[in-house]
Amino acid sequence: MAVRVQAEDFDVGAELEALTRGNHAIGGLTSFVGLVRDMHAKGPEAGRSVSAMTLEHYPGMTERQLEAIEAEARARWPLDATLIIHRHGRLEPGDRIVLVACASSHREAAFEACHFLIDWLKTRAPFWKREETPSGERWVEAKDSDNAAASRWSKKE
Amino acid sequence: MKLLYFAWLRTKIGLAEETVEPPAGIADVGGLVEWLKGRGPGYADALANLAVVKVAVNQEYVPFDHPVKPGDEVALFPPVTGG
Repeated sequence: MAVRVQAEDFDVGAELEALTRGNHAIGGLTSFVGLVRDMHAKGPEAGRSVSAMTLEHYPGMTERQLEAIEAEARARWPLDATLIIHRHGRLEPGDRIVLVACASSHREAAFEACHFLIDWLKTRAPFWKREETPSGERWVEAKDSDNAAASRWSKKE
Repeated sequence: MKLLYFAWLRTKIGLAEETVEPPAGIADVGGLVEWLKGRGPGYADALANLAVVKVAVNQEYVPFDHPVKPGDEVALFPPVTGG
């Protein structure tokens, strides 16, 4: 159970190893790593290249909200371990932005909780991306598709 | 009351944070925002379309009819784009 908001990069292998070490009840560990892309693949910005992005966040509220959603995931699924690391500051294409990992005795819980957490992060965690492109800097707009992805988790209740 | 602005709201208003004492009678976020709009063109521009403004009071998301009181930390920001 851990939430970290940091400027520094993280070592995925070391983090996953530490998360499950000593707990042999864990049968499945899922992880999601978000990376900085060098170009928009689709949508109105398709084809526009991105040379770097800067992530701004709301210190204090970010940690509080991440801890709340982690608790929500643990209430919904039987999880043995969870981890959310989200970076802030200036990042370049290929850099890691976020790591979400969930461990459980069964794979379904681990898969679903990981998916739930990353959908939620996209729509509720107070982070904002500012892109550097050949035509200047601009704030990334929130996507309706991200809201749709997050809303299906509330429809299940 | 402490106000915080993030992303393009911060850019347009020209401040990351400030401490204000709104006049008596301002009881909720909606009233606070209307008062802020009158403080200058940057505020009016940033708060022109409230459909793209989110609010947190004391670090929890709230609707525009949520009450505000002295001592609150009120943050205004655009829809988030993390992950």
